[in-house]
Amino acid sequence: MKSSSLSVWRIQWIAGRTLVIKEVRRFMRIWAQTLLPPAITMTLYFIIFGRLIGERIGEMGGVDYMSFIVPGLIMMSVITNAYGNVASSFFSNKFQRSVEEMMVAPVHPATILFGFVAGGVVRGLAVGLIVTLLSLYFTSLTIHSAWVVVLVVLLSAIVFSLGGFINAVFATKFDDIAIIPTFVITPLTYLGGVFYSIHLLSDTWQTVSLFNPILYMVNAFRYGILGVSDVAVGHAILMLVGFIVMLTSFSLWLLQRGKGLRH
Amino acid sequence: MISALMVRDLYKRYDNGFEALKGINLVVEQGDFFALLGPNGAGKSTTLGILSGLVQKTSGEAQILGNDVNRQAFLARRDLGVVPQEFNFNQFEKVLDIVLTQAGYFGITRQQAYGQAKTLLTELDLWDKRDQQSRLLSGGMKRRLMIARALIHQPKVLILDEPTAGVDIELRRSMWSFMQSLNRAGTTIILTTHYLEEAEQLCRNIAIINHGEIIQSTDMRSLLAQLNSETFVLDLVAPLTQPCQIDGYDVVSASGDDSLQVSVTKGQPINAIFTALDAQGIAVRSMRTKSNRLEELFVDLVRGDNA
Repeated sequence: MKSSSLSVWRIQWIAGRTLVIKEVRRFMRIWAQTLLPPAITMTLYFIIFGRLIGERIGEMGGVDYMSFIVPGLIMMSVITNAYGNVASSFFSNKFQRSVEEMMVAPVHPATILFGFVAGGVVRGLAVGLIVTLLSLYFTSLTIHSAWVVVLVVLLSAIVFSLGGFINAVFATKFDDIAIIPTFVITPLTYLGGVFYSIHLLSDTWQTVSLFNPILYMVNAFRYGILGVSDVAVGHAILMLVGFIVMLTSFSLWLLQRGKGLRH
Repeated sequence: MISALMVRDLYKRYDNGFEALKGINLVVEQGDFFALLGPNGAGKSTTLGILSGLVQKTSGEAQILGNDVNRQAFLARRDLGVVPQEFNFNQFEKVLDIVLTQAGYFGITRQQAYGQAKTLLTELDLWDKRDQQSRLLSGGMKRRLMIARALIHQPKVLILDEPTAGVDIELRRSMWSFMQSLNRAGTTIILTTHYLEEAEQLCRNIAIINHGEIIQSTDMRSLLAQLNSETFVLDLVAPLTQPCQIDGYDVVSASGDDSLQVSVTKGQPINAIFTALDAQGIAVRSMRTKSNRLEELFVDLVRGDNA
């Protein structure tokens, strides 16, 4: 019994590691589609919004506009790439039926979920790092609280990787994995305080904004870098943990049931 | 000894209401080379899908080496290798990566699996293609890649769902020889195929499924013994000048034909045909069976079941 359970853990460990390596190699192999576009887009944001328009805006939230938007743009890159990576990779595995390679093997649903989510997190963080390095050309970054920066970016990447996974489970065609990013994530990101402080809004819209979870992620991350935030950082971290628990449970339930995978 | 595969009262109804399996029972002993035959849509792939964890059963029981495929999925899958009917690997991954990644899913590291991958890919004539993207392989190579992938963890039970579909005859024969050597080494093989010659050549035991029910499950020899008659085609040296008749035999022939068909029932000597033809001055150039023996039986059984 003992050796059998040890063997179970060993198999899950190696299977999980295999899946993570496979996922990382996948996005590295197609770097021109995965790593380059966010670098170009964010550079344009830095030039147009940060430099050209930002110089006319002056300060936002007590700091110059370029410094204000950098944390938001880094976070925006992390969440869109984490989400997109898992959604497209898992759906592609479903579409090509290569997901069956895992399903016929002794791989636990939690290991499958871990592998894909880890792949999304690594890509999110890789893109975040690239955007951070690019931002150093335009402004200087001083870290106010390193642990908040690391914790918030990591938790946010996990949340959106899980979101991408659930999207891919329900998707039946490639269009289905573009709907949520286009109609939900992008609007929430733009309205999530990346480019402005919610204190610029009327009281009503400030209250409405507080229902946008991305606002908490962007502000908590901005706090980690600049030390300024429109929301309580503790609440943001708790909310992220809550999302992770909920989305993980739901994803595992879907996998156990074989939703979209088993007939 | 524990059976390699045991299926009891297995029932499957799909969401659209289609009853793919209607309570089938099946036992495959360890070391067997077993054929599961049936027409398209009979329930073969559903059965294999349930065994490999790709299809959710509605009710009943299915075990691999005594381990329930749902309750003890981890143990059941560890001993099972699956070669599906459709290509189901990432078309953009390289051949060697596909095999080594599959090893990882079974808890074998890339380093540990490399030797076995090399052996398998070499035996299946794919080692030279190891760094090629799988989408660039021919159909036959893709089938062999799926066999190598299914064997990387050295499973005790191997499911082959139409492994030689669309493969040319030369390659098919080399794959037969590979499968036979695997079986001789102790791997239990469960095969579905539409090439009945393949089942007859390779398998010792056989089950025929139709409309979700097992209509025959026996050993190949007993099944073939059920064959009451066999039809031979005799190619003639010269066309017939008039229809031919042979006492005691059912002959199909017409004036001007350069061949004739003779049905021989069990126990009838073939020599008598030649003696009769000789007496009528008809010379035979060559002789062949009209169709594969198992094929005749299969058609009879399925037709009888449908009726």
